Amino acid sequence: MENAKSKREDVCPGKKPANRMDRATVERQLKETKGPEYWRSLEELAGSPEFQDMLHREFPKGASEWLDSVSRRGFLQLMGASLAMAGMTGCTKLPLQEIVPYVRQPEQVIPGVAMYYATAFTLSGYANPLLVESHLGRPTKIEGNNLHPASLGGTDIFAQASILGMYDPDRSQAITHLGDVEPWAEFVKEIKGPLAVQKALAGAGIRILTQTISSPTLKDQMQAFLAMYPKAKWHVYEPVNRDNTLEGAKLAFGEALETQYRLENAAVIVSLDADFLYAGFPGNVRYIRDFAKKRNPDAEMSRMYVVESNPSSTGAKADHRLPVRASEVEGFARAIASAVGVNVGGAPSSGEHTKFVESVVEDLQKHEGESVIIAGDHQPPAVHALAHAMNVALGNVGKTVVYTDPVDSNPVNQVESLRDLVSDMRTGQVDLLVIMGGNPVYDAPADLGFRDCLKNSKISLRIYHGLYENETAELCHWSVNEAHYLEAWSDGRAYDGTVSVVQPLIAPLYAGKSAHEMLSALVSVPDATGYEIVRGHWQKQHAGPEFEAWWRKTLNDGFIEGSAYPPKSVSLKLQSLPVAAAVGANSLEVNLRRDPSVYDGQFANNGWLQELPKPMSKLTWDNAVLIGPKMADREGIKTMDVVTLELGGRKITGPVWIQAGHPDHSVTVHLGYGRRKAGRAGTGAGFDAYVLRTTNALWFATGGKLTKTGDHYQLASTQGYQTMDTGDGETRPLVRAATLEEYRKEPKFAKEGEPPAALTLYPGYDYKKSPDAWGMTIDLNACVGCNNCIIACQSENNIAVVGKEQVVKGRHMHWIRVDAYYQGDRDAPQAYFQPVPCMQCENAPCELVCPVGATVHSSEGLNDMVYNRCIGTRYCSNNCPYKVRRFNFLLFQDWETPQYKLMRNPDVSVRSRGVMEKCTYCVQRITEHRINAETAAVRENREFKIEDGSLQTACQQSCPADAIVFGNINDPNSRVAKLKAQDRNYGLLADLNTRPRTTYLAEIRNPNPELET
Amino acid sequence: MPDHLDNVEVANQRAPVIEPGYTFGTITDKISSIVLTRPTSLGWVVGFGAGFLVTMMLLFALGYLFIKGTGIWGINIPIGWGFAIVNFVWWIGIGHAGTLISAILLLLRQSWRNSINRFAEAMTLFAVACAGIFPLVHTGRPWLAYWMFPYPNTMNYWPQFRSPLLWDVFAVSTYFTISLLFWFIGLIPDLATLRDRADNKYARMSYGLLAMGWRGSARHWARYESAYLLLAGLATPLVLSVHTVVSFDFAVAIVPGWHTTIFPPYFVAGAIYSGFAMVLMLAIPIRKIYGLEDFITDRHLQNSAKVMLATGWIVAYGYGIEAFTGWYGGNRYDQALLWNRLHGPYAGLYWMLLICNIFIPQLLWFRKMRTNPVWLFMISGVILVGMWLERFVIIVLSLSRDFLTSSWGMYYPTRWDWMTYFGTIGMFLTAMFLFVRILPMISIFEMRTLLPEAEVKPE
Amino acid sequence: MQIFPRSTNAISRASLFGPVFVAAALFWGMAQLQRSPYITYAGVRKSQPVPFSHQHHVTGLGIDCRYCHTSVEQSSFAGIPPTKTCMNCHSQIWTNAPMLEPVRASYRTGESLQWTRINQLPDFVYFNHSIHVTKGVGCNDCHGPVDQMPLMYQEASLQMEWCLNCHRAPQEFLRPREQVFNMRYQQPTASLPVKFDGTTYTDQDSLGSALVKKYQLRTEKDITSCSTCHR
Repeated sequence: MENAKSKREDVCPGKKPANRMDRATVERQLKETKGPEYWRSLEELAGSPEFQDMLHREFPKGASEWLDSVSRRGFLQLMGASLAMAGMTGCTKLPLQEIVPYVRQPEQVIPGVAMYYATAFTLSGYANPLLVESHLGRPTKIEGNNLHPASLGGTDIFAQASILGMYDPDRSQAITHLGDVEPWAEFVKEIKGPLAVQKALAGAGIRILTQTISSPTLKDQMQAFLAMYPKAKWHVYEPVNRDNTLEGAKLAFGEALETQYRLENAAVIVSLDADFLYAGFPGNVRYIRDFAKKRNPDAEMSRMYVVESNPSSTGAKADHRLPVRASEVEGFARAIASAVGVNVGGAPSSGEHTKFVESVVEDLQKHEGESVIIAGDHQPPAVHALAHAMNVALGNVGKTVVYTDPVDSNPVNQVESLRDLVSDMRTGQVDLLVIMGGNPVYDAPADLGFRDCLKNSKISLRIYHGLYENETAELCHWSVNEAHYLEAWSDGRAYDGTVSVVQPLIAPLYAGKSAHEMLSALVSVPDATGYEIVRGHWQKQHAGPEFEAWWRKTLNDGFIEGSAYPPKSVSLKLQSLPVAAAVGANSLEVNLRRDPSVYDGQFANNGWLQELPKPMSKLTWDNAVLIGPKMADREGIKTMDVVTLELGGRKITGPVWIQAGHPDHSVTVHLGYGRRKAGRAGTGAGFDAYVLRTTNALWFATGGKLTKTGDHYQLASTQGYQTMDTGDGETRPLVRAATLEEYRKEPKFAKEGEPPAALTLYPGYDYKKSPDAWGMTIDLNACVGCNNCIIACQSENNIAVVGKEQVVKGRHMHWIRVDAYYQGDRDAPQAYFQPVPCMQCENAPCELVCPVGATVHSSEGLNDMVYNRCIGTRYCSNNCPYKVRRFNFLLFQDWETPQYKLMRNPDVSVRSRGVMEKCTYCVQRITEHRINAETAAVRENREFKIEDGSLQTACQQSCPADAIVFGNINDPNSRVAKLKAQDRNYGLLADLNTRPRTTYLAEIRNPNPELET
Repeated sequence: MPDHLDNVEVANQRAPVIEPGYTFGTITDKISSIVLTRPTSLGWVVGFGAGFLVTMMLLFALGYLFIKGTGIWGINIPIGWGFAIVNFVWWIGIGHAGTLISAILLLLRQSWRNSINRFAEAMTLFAVACAGIFPLVHTGRPWLAYWMFPYPNTMNYWPQFRSPLLWDVFAVSTYFTISLLFWFIGLIPDLATLRDRADNKYARMSYGLLAMGWRGSARHWARYESAYLLLAGLATPLVLSVHTVVSFDFAVAIVPGWHTTIFPPYFVAGAIYSGFAMVLMLAIPIRKIYGLEDFITDRHLQNSAKVMLATGWIVAYGYGIEAFTGWYGGNRYDQALLWNRLHGPYAGLYWMLLICNIFIPQLLWFRKMRTNPVWLFMISGVILVGMWLERFVIIVLSLSRDFLTSSWGMYYPTRWDWMTYFGTIGMFLTAMFLFVRILPMISIFEMRTLLPEAEVKPE
Repeated sequence: MQIFPRSTNAISRASLFGPVFVAAALFWGMAQLQRSPYITYAGVRKSQPVPFSHQHHVTGLGIDCRYCHTSVEQSSFAGIPPTKTCMNCHSQIWTNAPMLEPVRASYRTGESLQWTRINQLPDFVYFNHSIHVTKGVGCNDCHGPVDQMPLMYQEASLQMEWCLNCHRAPQEFLRPREQVFNMRYQQPTASLPVKFDGTTYTDQDSLGSALVKKYQLRTEKDITSCSTCHR
């Protein structure tokens, strides 16, 4: 706060900050006292004049009542959970407004029983429908909304991790003006004047900069605002925007359209540099589910060709992956297009990969109407246009491809939009700038010089409304702390247009304001609550007596039924495409991509995501300059060498990571790092690649220059050795894979090395004695390495974040990890993913060696880990062949930060220093279901049974691919038992006779025989 | 005592175990004077001071360890055991020579042992004490380590008796107790001697207290002899059992490089190997400094050297068999381990241990080397380093690359690892310094029995 | 020349076996301390903001446990009654008893009563009331004669060995579910038999095994698995 203030003063000199008490001070003072004394100290505090002063500023309404002792409790409600952070833990309340419990847990609030509420998390305008678990009014775990077509129960890492974002202690916690805490009323008062002035000018001086918005309510409000100030302008910018996609659609159809894919109908998929199986791609959760379904080798199995410019998890799942530079993709598109009868002029150039193109074309033509071509967001409009044209030509439209109205409620070219804003700012036409969300100062294209422009411009009133006091807030007069989506009412559209209603799980921890409340303040209705606004909006749409019922149902389901956009019939207007200027074959291409973990940088302060291994490199806490092995050898560069990357006179310096399968003459750099003002986790991590980003080359450009600096930089990868080949020339059958033909010929190929059943002197325990024996299968064919399971597990099981230094030492704590293996040619390798939780071995090597019996077997075949008995000899981990045990080498858990106390799952012990921990198959969920089933059985006097599928582990629940199946292997009809009976089923390292309860279904590829040579 | 009879004859043929010209009196004077009359030399003070400082460093390192947790060391997943266990095994190994010399050689009537058994035993005790530190402090929650002992507790829960770590607890504590008793009983007559010769009141008091009223009567001697023999009998199997049990820590696990049946004999041999090396490293300087060449003669050095040569070959055989079974067994993981030893990231250390433990000690074939204290001293040092490396290779190298290639890792010791290691060495030296200063480092009465006067002519 | 007086002999003799006895005594002492109320709080009456008498409310007024501990049958947590529950009656009776002032104050100000917790388990123990109540474990099996406690106290040691007593042999403690909340329930004897499922039982053994069957109790191995209570 202090240095922020000083920074501000040099930006906009003026008001000297008076020595006043702010909320932070109150909290600090209250933090000292705990439990019972807490109330007393509150009273004392209340006496102090500074406090009353602060109160007048913070809660003008409450202030007068405050002075009489009775309504001091009101203070509690006003402050909400922020008091809990002041030493009085765990007494946050639900908002006083109406909340409808989800059908799945229809009880009232019963202490010790969790409740579930439907809401949605919005990323770049696309809503991810969620179901949030809440304990006594504290959201603790995020899951997918299984009723919603865009989720079907799955989620992505960003949604999963957003709960940590809500409890982030570094979030902006108050409204500040030049660094001083001000009450909301003060803010409203302060903006009255300027707004009045603008009213006279019809708002000619007002500019509002938002991120991509899909919220119908917000759009409504925005229009109201623009009606009030006709000359005001609404600008939209996000670094990870879909301008190319939008322009592509315009090129092809002459209108802005949303493209949806129906992968459940796709027999042949061609991806033109599209990473559509990873978080961040609109609809990825649903796409993963559909894709995985079509990869079942025992049914009609789809085939996927991926042409991509940097290794992605989508490429890893491809049957044929072709690494090329991003700039060469268009050539491919043209070649394939012209072959399938789209002629747009320009000589089709497929380079040296003619054979590849031919077989792709052949395959496409064989599967007209059940093929799909997907173009990546970072490919130029032309490629998108070509993809559309091909899908039309192949008769895929309406079958595998569907066009609808755009989800984005203001589908403008965002770069142009920002460019206009900047020029207006330069020419001094802007008097009042409201930046709602985002962080343009950090992530605007470098050539626009947004930062300097904002810093030096004469804009008399600059308002930032966002979750963090970030680089942008720093340069604004006012910073209004935004309410997190788990704290506020809103709505938004999923990729298919379905409207989700966002309902809060908890009262705003820091009295934040939602975008709706902010806007309504700008139209001078400052006291309208988000609830009134959102509900009001929908009441207009659904006037009538049955609205109440409809509204309740909507909240209950989490989305408005039948609100998905209807498919639009389209007609191709694509005449000819000017051929892009050819690029030098050896001119270095620089790719800028959103980061797999921190996206565009907005999650930079999210410890879970920072420590989440990136799917291909397994890097954490840093971004790197990814280069291909060929290039590395040629340039004599090694991993972790520091290099300078130069592009159009702009320079960045960062460490190199040699990424198997990366195309030659090309480097990839991830955006979102090098934040200056992110918070305890994000500030200073990695390097800022936005420096290289310009409006004419948002995603890639050639003409880069790479030079070694001679320095070294330690990168933290959770998997140093990324192949199954051991030094002695052997290859270990860890991931077992075959082609479809091989599998059909030899279905039992995966069974190698299984030891005979009775291979022990000691009679094993008969698990049939218990009603349940838990087991798990992981389908390697379905797994797309999306990392969801890792975050889900981390959230469910209170797993600590250890930080970069500890990851470097090899001490990360993830209970389930996703191993990535690269086999074959390092420049075009076959990549495999393998999620590895505890195998719950029936002959568990760890149990034998523990001197105190802290890890022992349960009657249901669980390998129980008893933290409170563990003395930490680490012998079990040494003897664990899967190395899935995690040790608290230091005090990794944060026992201090009060927010985290609220966040943790109360059903799972928080581990302390010196104890071993590991995957428990979510034993807390097992126990919960068992107890419920048992009590029900006894009360209703019937046979005890836990319904198959009703009990899901956290990883299984979150898996969009449905790759993880958990259940009772004593029940031959359970899904898991059936899967274990399959030929593809094998145990990892089963030759050690550990008898793992977690087994894998071998991976099957479906390559094109034409290309198999 | 007829056994001494033939010893003397043997002694007459070979190099003597004690130089001629000594009488009961002179022996007693010579040894006891070191403790009683000899002024504390500057060298001793300096040596002791240095050792003491290093011991303080150990305490500091351990203090910090208790505050922060085992994370201050270089250990990680996959390498859950690092220096701590390496040092533990190393020290325990060193702690073998003492009991071997005193007990087994006693039973074998190798009377030449009489002049080195005393400080060999002391050395054993201190080594085991050093070793004993590690199993405790390497745990994540040392304050709960008592859960390893079976006692009736409110949890109604026993330790896990199948765990080799538990066997360790018993094996090591038993070994320590027996060694202590054995050493102390052996001391009693000499303590009495010192009691009687000390002219300082407090010295007399304290020696007297420890001498437990020893009067040297025939009855005392008779009881003493039987007790001593009895303990020797008890101690003998322990010499074998301790390191066998320690080797189980590894042999019982499934880690490639640990899971092998040859470990027990090969660990015991290795232990004796390093034990004798340590005995020599102590004996050679001591006999020089305190002018005991007459008591610790070249014969002693030679015999110890021979023992080292023999055990060294057993160890070499162990390496050979390990490599052979690794290759011949055809087990994927063992073969990878073998390759990894020879070419992997720790290959350098493996080659070094071969040089230290197998190649260099071959110099002991030469009589010149065996009788040259300086060379012997250096070779012993090399062997001690080699044996430490052996434990490092067994523990760290094996763990660094086991079954899942995805989970391979490296181990880099931190300054705290080194401080703890050197700290224990300091502690060991401190104890030795104290020992040579306040207790007879050579058994006086047993030396007397080596004199011709001790012969009892049978009528 | 004697260094020590004659008496030393006695001491030295004593010292031969003395230490053994001392050590044994010490060990025994520790074991006792560990199980003493000083550590376990068993039988310790803790002061409360309001001297609430279970004896009066249960025995005197015959109020059922579940009237206040509402969630005992659905949740792991039995539930502490909100002030409202107290005021249901005490807004009519004893309306201005000084003893009840804290309750009224709490109701007035909305500030919770701060009771002192009686039955406390460590955080790593996950006890669940609903399952125990459902399977025929009576309240007083663990909580003791609450109906005779003027001031509430913890009956059992709540130590693991105590839990295991029952988990290893539940049949010795179970009772019919309808008797669970009966604080005066006694195990069947020839003189006062217990009816269950139409059969009359005169000894706990037969009743116990019948209940184990009826209530589908899991095997001993099941309910003594660590993860039953520790996660």
